[in-house]
Amino acid sequence: MSDYNFAYLDEQTKRMIRRALLKAVAVPGYQVPFASREMPMPYGWGTGGVQVTAACLTPDDTLKVIDQGADDTTNAVSIRKFFEKTAHVATTEKTRAASVIQTRHRIPEEPLTADQILVYQVPIPEPLRFLEPRETETRRMHALEEYGLMHVKLYEDIARHGHIATAYAYPVKVEGRYVMDPSPIPKFDNPKLESAALQLFGAGREQRIYAIPPHTRVVSLDFEDHPFEASKADHACDLCSARHTYLDEVITDDAGGRMFVCSDTDYCAGRQATGHHGRLSPQEATA
Amino acid sequence: MYVAVKGGERAIDNAHDWLAEERRGDPSVPELGVAQIREQLALAVNRVMAEGSLYDPDLAALAIKQARGDLIEAIFLIRAYRTTLPRIGHSRPVDTGAMACIRRISATFKDAPGGQVLGPTFDYTHRLLDFKLAADGETPEAKTGAGLAPEMPRITEFLNREGLIQDESTCDDTPPDMTRAPMEYPAGRALRLQALTRGDEGFVLGMAYSTQRGYGRNHPFVGELRIGTVAVEMDIPELGFAIEIGEITLTECETVNQFMGSKTEPPQFTRGYGLVFGQTERKAISMALVDRALRWEELGEDSDGAPAQDEEFVLSHADNIQATGFLEHIKLPHYVDFQSELELIRKIRTEAQAGARKDAAE
Repeated sequence: MSDYNFAYLDEQTKRMIRRALLKAVAVPGYQVPFASREMPMPYGWGTGGVQVTAACLTPDDTLKVIDQGADDTTNAVSIRKFFEKTAHVATTEKTRAASVIQTRHRIPEEPLTADQILVYQVPIPEPLRFLEPRETETRRMHALEEYGLMHVKLYEDIARHGHIATAYAYPVKVEGRYVMDPSPIPKFDNPKLESAALQLFGAGREQRIYAIPPHTRVVSLDFEDHPFEASKADHACDLCSARHTYLDEVITDDAGGRMFVCSDTDYCAGRQATGHHGRLSPQEATA
Repeated sequence: MYVAVKGGERAIDNAHDWLAEERRGDPSVPELGVAQIREQLALAVNRVMAEGSLYDPDLAALAIKQARGDLIEAIFLIRAYRTTLPRIGHSRPVDTGAMACIRRISATFKDAPGGQVLGPTFDYTHRLLDFKLAADGETPEAKTGAGLAPEMPRITEFLNREGLIQDESTCDDTPPDMTRAPMEYPAGRALRLQALTRGDEGFVLGMAYSTQRGYGRNHPFVGELRIGTVAVEMDIPELGFAIEIGEITLTECETVNQFMGSKTEPPQFTRGYGLVFGQTERKAISMALVDRALRWEELGEDSDGAPAQDEEFVLSHADNIQATGFLEHIKLPHYVDFQSELELIRKIRTEAQAGARKDAAE
């Protein structure tokens, strides 16, 4: 595909995106408007993340793409192929080997390092959107640090259900200032938002970019008597026996049979390779 | 035994091959040529150009072929292609007053200088299936009449001369480009019109229809609807003057709307404006109605709070490529989020049921 520029976008566009990224890094958690381009994949498929990745990639980078924690989900495959074709960069499924990781809905289990960039695909960047549909209003609320509405919502959840009824895209406060939507990651992943890596968030359709610079303080919203809890299925992985990872529940038959497996496929495979076995590991089945 | 789901890559390749085969259909039926689509499905081509924001009938026809006739998919192909094109500059404003019209009608006057010209319209056809088209498709040649009037002055200008219609203020500001800058609200009229002309025909039609049925009512007449070709001129800095770089077909609609006056404006007629690529009159009329509905603030009217009067609501939902992408993305895997919801619901249910048992025991 020599007819397209490196990483698809033209240099002017990449420069525009990098400017937005720099602003986002300078004001952690603040949503920077940017002139999102129409990409050759649909809105909702990660056009924001793809543009941010395109603006960050250099020919020497190694790219990993995950969706739901897995490298082999169809959309992750499709985005990885897109960059293989348009940027000819090396790709990997190993978290440790990647310099840029684009993700949808998960943060890898393995702690990221200072020389890595994690790019999130974001559907609705505005954490206040479901409380106030108007952009003109929510921008004002952020400017005035007017987050009472969000606390009322969380309080009402507790009053009604005994719990904060948000299981993913759980709102956080960044460096004591902006309330931010961490994208639809399960709240289990929220503690990993405080990271050594640079975290960039791209929302293509909504034309917003935001960032969490390395080692920025990120606090999940809660109350003293109802502290935040990073919950997961109360099981061990049936393939690698991990008890500390986020698990997917897989239906195995039509009689209610199910198993739990790590959603981070690379992490799970790594554990299995180093001798960890779960309840349903092939190794055990053949042994 | 569970085997981790692998093979996403192979599945995608196979799906694409299957899609290509389905697109072609029965190979014993001759393949459609792009020229056939361009010439014989011209209104579909026009819609794709209008909402794709790219005036190129050949590419639009190709997109329709590739998209198997799914026009939103075809619009998407055109948009994705469009973004890869460099923006070399902008044309001079086109002069629609000098349009070489193939159709020009007014509903507000019985006749006007330049005359009423029906042109190639479905308006007075009886919608009876023409089985002859299924058989041979040959049509009799249309009769050629006397040439059209060389000049067709704008009909709303007649009202303007009497001061009966609100005057449009001229402005030499460079209009914003919504494909190069993020949308900001309030958007202003230039940006609104830009968003509406590339907005989804169905959405804009629905919004316009809602104003006719009373949600932000502003009774409109079609002051004038004209379809024809205009010259596109561009200033070439190296030459120091403008040259004609081509010709495009446009549909322009100006509505005349009742207006009883407001705190700031005297009783007079007001205008709504629609301008769309190609012969696309349903869209142009709809656009004019929605434009007028969105002008309540500048005209000093009170808003009814109707959807069509709400700029942020209309503009942020008019784009079918954004809408269809976000709508359809819910078919992508969401099992990680679903799992977290599952855990939460189970937890809340367990507690609620335990609470109910405790209540019953007491």
